[in-house]
Amino acid sequence: MHKFANPTQFMRIANAIYPWIAGLCLILFAAAIPIALVFSPPDYQQGETVRIMYIHVSSAWLMMMIYGIIAANSAMFLIWRHPMANLAARASAPMGATFCALALVTGMLWGQPMWGTFWVWDARLTSTLILFFLYIGYIALSDAFEDSERGDKAAAILALVGSINVPIIHYSVEWWNTLHQPSIMKASSEGIDSSVHPSLLLPLFLMMGAFTMFYFALLVLRLRSELLAAKIRNARLSQIAGHAAAQPAE
Amino acid sequence: MAFDSFAAFIDMGGYAAWVWTSYGLAALALGGILILTRRTLKAREREFETLKANRRGTP
Amino acid sequence: MSAFSALLSRDLRLALRQSADSLTVIAFFAIATVLFPFGVGPEAEVLSRIAAGVVWVAALLAALLSLDRVFVVDFEDGTLDQLILNGQSTVLVVLAKVLAHWLTTGVPLIIMSPVLAVTLQLPSEGYGVLVLALLLGTPTVSLIGALGAALVLGARRGGVLLSLLVLPLYIPVLIFGTAAIEATITGMPSQPMLSILAGLALIAAALCPFATAAALRQAAE
Repeated sequence: MHKFANPTQFMRIANAIYPWIAGLCLILFAAAIPIALVFSPPDYQQGETVRIMYIHVSSAWLMMMIYGIIAANSAMFLIWRHPMANLAARASAPMGATFCALALVTGMLWGQPMWGTFWVWDARLTSTLILFFLYIGYIALSDAFEDSERGDKAAAILALVGSINVPIIHYSVEWWNTLHQPSIMKASSEGIDSSVHPSLLLPLFLMMGAFTMFYFALLVLRLRSELLAAKIRNARLSQIAGHAAAQPAE
Repeated sequence: MAFDSFAAFIDMGGYAAWVWTSYGLAALALGGILILTRRTLKAREREFETLKANRRGTP
Repeated sequence: MSAFSALLSRDLRLALRQSADSLTVIAFFAIATVLFPFGVGPEAEVLSRIAAGVVWVAALLAALLSLDRVFVVDFEDGTLDQLILNGQSTVLVVLAKVLAHWLTTGVPLIIMSPVLAVTLQLPSEGYGVLVLALLLGTPTVSLIGALGAALVLGARRGGVLLSLLVLPLYIPVLIFGTAAIEATITGMPSQPMLSILAGLALIAAALCPFATAAALRQAAE
């Protein structure tokens, strides 16, 4: 585990597996999109709108997985001060927020034809919205300081606190939802949960795999980019220091 | 194959607006974040190269 | 322990000297609540339906207003650095600060809440449980709020950022706080929700002070 803390070593491994991840991502997308859009049958209840679900569920899966990755990396950063863990958390956050937004919007686009309205205070949509706020708070906090190291640490503490809070919030919202849920929606959402036909699982898993590989491929690129930014900062600093040292000699 | 014709495929059982908007937005989001990431990466690579060249130029 | 009580009494004395701060928070609580009848109309049945939720939301927002004062004065004049460098347990400092915040804003909010509930036509069964729910919920509000206040020390746009960080974390307290009141009004037992509120307060008391202390230490570095 600790040998990955060395940025050079980590990037050597990451760059070596990058072509495989990217290739797998392309293959999975090439399989998932035609199957999801053309070859899979419509759901007997949701009709063709079930095709939205492949995107919605994949985005929702990634927004939760990425939050877990951010929390785990934040813990490693705070305990062992691994710089790579910090960079991984920071590089992941905008992607998590993007997938969260995508899950929200596709959820609404599915809800309009199914429930007759863009927004219902359904447990899943509500939890997604709250997670979106948590992502925004995390990103805003990590960017809010002049000293970027302070932002890193404050955001890492927030991510850990959030990881304890997310399940509490999730179960609270679920409980609140059963308390207030209108009966029409209850019937339709129960119908969906119990009726996942096997022929719908193949496109779902393919799409989830494609999204996951997309995230990991992009993570490698973003880590490369973050490390370069750090190198540029250091080069600038040493240049300024060099000038300052050269000045009095003149 | 779940559709009889290309027109039926485009129509998506009457849910064309919802299904195609979802896939369009997904493509936009994934493509957008990919392009942004690659663009900053390329810019930083270029900047780093010029910094290295400058340093070599003035020993 | 004496260091704890010394810190607490110092904060309370400061709060007493600047009692305008606490009064402003209470005034905000009152005004925010009183705006609702203008927004939804003065019909008694509408108001009594939303009374519990409105009082809770307004109390959360009022508590939020007072949060950025919790550490910022000590942070800017260097007292915080001294407290930490003196080998003082940072967790103890945090607990003293949280208790001072609860006593100077949580308690006044609790005292004020039944009065505001009257203007919103809260049914008479609801008052006891309203006070009880706030009594069990506001410590969590102070604990989580202090954590947020410590995280944004020295940040740009700290106040807005604080509300963005803290408000989502208040949702469970809000859910069970209002549910306890609504259960009582509709003749159901409120004890399960109150137990959950107490449980949330215990979890927050066990975890938040350590996270807050970590945030303070890295802010003082």
